[in-house]
Amino acid sequence: MKNKLSHFAIPYVIWMALFVVAPIIIVVIYAFSSASGGFTMANFARMGTYAVVFTRSFKLAIIATIICLLIGYPVSYIMSKEGPRFQRIAMVLIMLPMWMNFLLRTYSWMSILENNGLLNQLFQKIGLIALYNQVFGTDLSYFRLINTQGAVVLGMVYNYLPFMILPIYSVIIKLDRSLIEAAHDLGANTFNVFRRVILPLSLPGVLSGITMVFVPSVSTFAISKMLGGGTEMMLGDLIEQQFLGGAYNPQLGAAISLVMMVIVVVCMWVMNRFGEGEEQAVMM
Amino acid sequence: MKKTLALALAMMMAATMLLTGCGSGGSEERVVNVCSWGEYIDEDLIYQFEEETGIKVNYQIAESNEALYSLLKTGAGDYDVIVPSDYMIGRLIAEDMLAELDYSNIPNFGLIDDQYKGLSYDPDNKYTVPYTWGTLGIIYNTTMVDEPITSWDAMFDEKYAGQVLMIRNSRDALAAALLDLGYDINTTDEAQIREAYQLLSGAKSAGVYQAFVMDEVFQKMEGGNAAIAMYYAGDYLTMLENNPDLAYVVPQEGSNWFVDAMCVLKDAQHKEEAEEWINFIAGTDANLANMDYIWYASPNTEALSGYPDYYQETYGEALDMGLYEIMAAPQEVLDRCTLYENLPAETLTLYNDLWTELGI
Repeated sequence: MKNKLSHFAIPYVIWMALFVVAPIIIVVIYAFSSASGGFTMANFARMGTYAVVFTRSFKLAIIATIICLLIGYPVSYIMSKEGPRFQRIAMVLIMLPMWMNFLLRTYSWMSILENNGLLNQLFQKIGLIALYNQVFGTDLSYFRLINTQGAVVLGMVYNYLPFMILPIYSVIIKLDRSLIEAAHDLGANTFNVFRRVILPLSLPGVLSGITMVFVPSVSTFAISKMLGGGTEMMLGDLIEQQFLGGAYNPQLGAAISLVMMVIVVVCMWVMNRFGEGEEQAVMM
Repeated sequence: MKKTLALALAMMMAATMLLTGCGSGGSEERVVNVCSWGEYIDEDLIYQFEEETGIKVNYQIAESNEALYSLLKTGAGDYDVIVPSDYMIGRLIAEDMLAELDYSNIPNFGLIDDQYKGLSYDPDNKYTVPYTWGTLGIIYNTTMVDEPITSWDAMFDEKYAGQVLMIRNSRDALAAALLDLGYDINTTDEAQIREAYQLLSGAKSAGVYQAFVMDEVFQKMEGGNAAIAMYYAGDYLTMLENNPDLAYVVPQEGSNWFVDAMCVLKDAQHKEEAEEWINFIAGTDANLANMDYIWYASPNTEALSGYPDYYQETYGEALDMGLYEIMAAPQEVLDRCTLYENLPAETLTLYNDLWTELGI
């Protein structure tokens, strides 16, 4: 019986081979090639220069992931405890922004965060900027919101938050209620039930949520270009620039992508191992 | 098992056919694939051409000359006609990527002013038909600066820290620095280019630049979010429609004047249709429509000199000649402007490396 169903996987396997495995092989070949086509390690020798970009990207992606987790977990938890009607509406509200194109959404944030944008105009109107100037003795006519690292993190959190909420929610909603009841029966208070039962059992959702937020965050280029102003480059920008931007150097671009992929895979592996350990510890 | 395999194969074939596009389909359907810049044509012209000739136009856009070059190199772009700028045309010719045109199929080439023919990138006029021309300059918000901007110094002045938008392409950004230092924009002297880079990166670390922008410049300058930006004359006129406080200047040190021209790629599948398209676009009516829509100056003699009358007729009011002179820079301005030339490979590599370094 099992074999019959596995036929349906064939298109997917072909798809994977064509569009995932083959491109990775091409990336590896490019990364070790010189512009004239010979084998070289020179692309990797230059990697030290870009260490700053690597650290900046990972730092911002980690911050964004933590914020998503801190917001996303409570939201999923509270949602799962409400009635089905509330859950449906909440789900639509979470998905709603995703019906619009990602670039448009980020572009809208530009108009909101600009020096002369919606937020600064609002602050001006309600006298917040004047108050700030009075208290701190400054002479600002606007708050600097856009073209900062904070704006980039905001863009990531805004765009990727649903990817944190959905996996956590779908795990929590399927939790066996009898386990929670049993914990209560055995005398655990609400906090202990959460800490000892719900949290460990929802860990798989948390882990896939972290992966789904962290990976796109670390490689983003559109968000940093639009909200970060391009003055502080991120990995995605650096790679894009080698392929489509001012500096055409696909070999270097491939090498940077490869190093990034390796670091991400190692991070994910360590985290999943850590996750497995936790789960087993709790089971015992 | 056999059935599912057949199904999978059929799906794959369908997918490849979808991916390769219908272009290879019938020889009856005539197609031309055009790649240009964003907001760079009056789209009615496309429909008009399709109606007149029955040739279907696939119109695509690229962000910059460098992006277009990458698309061509990686084979991602399957175009017939492209509209790159002078220096990139020089590079494409040097790398043998363009096809020689059959000018007998392009009679409207005769309408193009001699001033825009035989330029350094295509000295014998074998590959190109000019599309537009214009100048690079500084756009500034008169309410946000203390005195009128006249010099490239403004792009590097700490006085305007956080208020300046630098352009996001290496050639123009380094040209601004080279001009400010009094060097030639086509210099291949490494020391001069490095000095220009130092000026640029020094200003960047001093916080002069609010952002590095291409198309984002419209929203930022129109909304009064930045005081100074460097961009192209035609786009300034577009911004002016939404923000009357903006002014444009071709700095005293001189600047770049550019020509964007239509060329056909060497491996183009539809050369005949491509030449028909080029001929159509080079015509006076098309040039007038384009000029009115994108505000870039036309190289077509009749269209360029006839535009003020066309404007009067279309809008019922006289064209502000000040604006006309920004679009079509007069000779005394052009005298201090230089055309970009294609740089030798080692200088291009230096540009690329410095540009990447600047971003870090």
